[in-house]
Amino acid sequence: MSKNNSEYLIERNDNIYEVVIGLEVHAQVTSNSKLFSSSSTKFGAEPNTQVSLVDAAFPGMLPVINEYCVKQAIKTGIGLKAKINNKSVFDRKNYFYADLPQGYQISQYKYPIVGEGNVILDMPEGQKQVGIERLHLEQDAGKSIHDIDPSNTLVDLNRSGVALMEIVSKPDLRSPDEVNAYIKKLRSIMRYLGTCDGNMQEGSLRADVNVSVRIKGSTKLGTRCEIKNVNSIKFMQMAIIYEANRQVDLIEEGEEIDQETRLFDTKKNETRSMRSKEDAHDYRYFPDPDLLPLKITDEFIDQLKSEIPELPDDKKKRFIDEFKISSYEATILVSDIDTAKYFEEVVAKMGKNRDMKLAVNWITGELFAVLNNKNIEIAHSPISAKNLAKLINLIKNGTISGKIAKTIFELMMDGDIDPQIIVEEKGLKQQSDPKALEALIDKIINDNREKAIEYKQGKEKLFGFFVGQAMKASGGKANPQLINEILKKKL
Amino acid sequence: MTEITSLSLFELIKNIKEKKISSNEAAKSFVDRSEKSKKLNTYVTENFENCLKLSKEFDNKPNFDLKLPGIPIAVKDLFCTNEVRTTAGSNILNNFVPSYESTVTQNIWNEGGILLGKLNCDEFAMGSSNETSFFGNVQNPIAKDLVPGGSSGGSSSALAANLTPVTIGTDTGGSIRQPASFTGTVGLKPTYGSCSRYGIVAFASSLDQAGPMSKDVKDSSILLEVISSFDKKDSTSIDFKRNNYSSELTRNIKGIKIGIPKEYRVDGMPDEIENLWKKGIEYAKDCGAEIIDISLPHTSYALPTYYIVAPAEASSNLARYDGVKYGLRSSGESLIDMYEKTRSEGFGEEVKRRIMIGTYVLSSGYYDAYYLKAQKVRQLIKKDFDEAYNKVDAILTPSTPSSAFKIGEKSNDPVSMYLNDIFTVPVNLAGLPGISIPAGRDKNNYPLGLQIIGKPFDEQTVLNIAYSMEEKINYKNNITDWWME
Repeated sequence: MSKNNSEYLIERNDNIYEVVIGLEVHAQVTSNSKLFSSSSTKFGAEPNTQVSLVDAAFPGMLPVINEYCVKQAIKTGIGLKAKINNKSVFDRKNYFYADLPQGYQISQYKYPIVGEGNVILDMPEGQKQVGIERLHLEQDAGKSIHDIDPSNTLVDLNRSGVALMEIVSKPDLRSPDEVNAYIKKLRSIMRYLGTCDGNMQEGSLRADVNVSVRIKGSTKLGTRCEIKNVNSIKFMQMAIIYEANRQVDLIEEGEEIDQETRLFDTKKNETRSMRSKEDAHDYRYFPDPDLLPLKITDEFIDQLKSEIPELPDDKKKRFIDEFKISSYEATILVSDIDTAKYFEEVVAKMGKNRDMKLAVNWITGELFAVLNNKNIEIAHSPISAKNLAKLINLIKNGTISGKIAKTIFELMMDGDIDPQIIVEEKGLKQQSDPKALEALIDKIINDNREKAIEYKQGKEKLFGFFVGQAMKASGGKANPQLINEILKKKL
Repeated sequence: MTEITSLSLFELIKNIKEKKISSNEAAKSFVDRSEKSKKLNTYVTENFENCLKLSKEFDNKPNFDLKLPGIPIAVKDLFCTNEVRTTAGSNILNNFVPSYESTVTQNIWNEGGILLGKLNCDEFAMGSSNETSFFGNVQNPIAKDLVPGGSSGGSSSALAANLTPVTIGTDTGGSIRQPASFTGTVGLKPTYGSCSRYGIVAFASSLDQAGPMSKDVKDSSILLEVISSFDKKDSTSIDFKRNNYSSELTRNIKGIKIGIPKEYRVDGMPDEIENLWKKGIEYAKDCGAEIIDISLPHTSYALPTYYIVAPAEASSNLARYDGVKYGLRSSGESLIDMYEKTRSEGFGEEVKRRIMIGTYVLSSGYYDAYYLKAQKVRQLIKKDFDEAYNKVDAILTPSTPSSAFKIGEKSNDPVSMYLNDIFTVPVNLAGLPGISIPAGRDKNNYPLGLQIIGKPFDEQTVLNIAYSMEEKINYKNNITDWWME
């Protein structure tokens, strides 16, 4: 087995296989109300408290399209650089299940609202374009709960009728790492647009994963299996690795792969057959006669285009051009909209004499470490962009050293304190008076004559010792650059 | 003075407004007569006590500006009524009490109408004789053991028997017009999109339309004015300017062009229907209309098209009756077992037959050959009418190919039952307004109806032609009250 980021290859008996992956991502539309009813979509409410007569499919109840959800889908389509269809049709997908009150799901089958588009992935080897086949709107189902009552299944319809966007990729992905990058990029674009919060823990983003394998170099697609409803990137990756190897094993044993739907068992780390192609549901799709075809004018699309914010790819380009930071740094900073916002605010607050290098390092270094450690989103950062910018400026103008800055940073977290105040209250201002520092250094050399001689004789390592002594004597406040200069002169 | 129950809606309103009759007196009369008419089996659920109470309340605080001031009205049991059981004629909804009101019935209550009760109908409106109802056959007041037509059979029977001054039905393939024709009454199916479908138990969504049923044309115009409204809760409701149908009603139809479609002269049509049609043409001429022969070439495909489209939609619309949320639930070993038992016990034969037809025509591999083809033919049928309306203002046909038949006569022969709808289904497929008015009698003295089909949203012309012809035809039902002890 060999592996790099953009390819996942499996070697068996001199054959090298590559894995081909396509994803059907189900993204919950950010909207206060459901796709065809006015019920709330808020996560975590008491069971069956956000259910209208329409959601519970009472007799004579009719769906009425939520225009906001349509706008959200179009915006997402624009973000995926996709074709927005002027006419799309809602179809009924018929099947029986306890948490599907209508006995059908309203979805879009033949005529989706959004057509072909693409997404750019930033892989370590360079950029990769992944094709989008389509995006369509559909209703979510409710939730069946099997483990509360020993003899009954309980049904919670809060989720029933919530708007989902199903985003179908082309089979362009070739490795678990690309899947990771793809999901993160989709999530990023939708979060920039405000069309999906991308919260995988709350089920706002889930995917059906289509996996097939083929001899590397072959252009024909192998028989695929669809792994249903995987709700974390890690599980998607595990499922792909398991499934690809299972398929290769079958081929190597001379067996056929059945096109089937499989489930990923997260506990056993394996995929299991759910139903074969022969058992596949006949969903009897047909246009929903309760709804008229959805007609969208070019003016409407143009209006929405004008409301689209700067998206990650453009932002990255601008960051590189405007702030002269590296592509790698820009990728990190734009990957999440809140990070990008934070960074831009820091840049703005730093003012004219800004230091990009410091800003990038402090955000991706100290700040990220703290956020990771405490498991906090950057939107709720304990240190505001304004105060971080101040701290960076204090370093930049020589008021404090980088080392002292780290101490101050720790102190700032206790209630987002202004670093200037900490510097003043604790007297942490950097000593940059050359005369005072010279006196201090003279004293140190005097106290360590033998070491000074050794240094002069060639033991250059001892330079660090003198720097350390000087810093110590100044209580860490001495300007390290000045110390270096003076020491070099004096020793 | 004539009995209150035999007054037309117009006369009843007049009397109430002139304070000659109180709402409560009217309610009492209809309740009394309904109580004595249980043999007709028109009511599934009676709302008599509440109706009497509400009529008193109306009289205490009357509002004579309303269009239906304190008028008791019984409605087909397909309309959901707040806190009054709504069954759709089915065992599966036997215990179902809605917490909401259909838009059409709400419009009636808003104008002062008072619910008298819920009227029997074919199960989920699937039938042409009211024999598929879980709640049993309905008698046609015209003669014993005669079907009242369907699916709005309880409505037509109650109306003809003077148990309600007017009523409302729903019409998917003829379910208002055919029972009207069988009972010597007037039934109007408005243009698709005129009356909201919100709160009406769905049969076939692209065809279902509520409409008035009444003893004369004027009454239908009054009721249509009340029930027709644009409704945001129904995405297929259409926002067009609605006439004041009753005040704009006129017998001046001079010069109006009425088309006679040759394709409606079907094989095996009884002479008496043919003669009725001829007579109708003469009446129309007498009214000053110009008669023009037209062709609707795809007429013969209408019935098979209908019996693909309607069951397809029904098979999906009825999937919600699964025992999980409301209505009947039979106990089962597993979810699937519960579904099977609930739906086996909950649905009757005809409903099951249509669910199976609908499931079949939508199945992969058959969809293109049946459902898709049917949709294409539907467009052709619509086009036929569009082209005809370049030449004429309305179309005159018989309402049904026969008069009312005996209970049990056709219940084991679904195809012959389906043939009842042959003249009415094209109108639903094309979404047009159509009215049936009584126009004569067959050899048994059973009523026969003529159908006037109009342009989309042109209910006014349809009503005006019907109003003029009604005067010339001068048909009167001869009801003997044979069912009363």
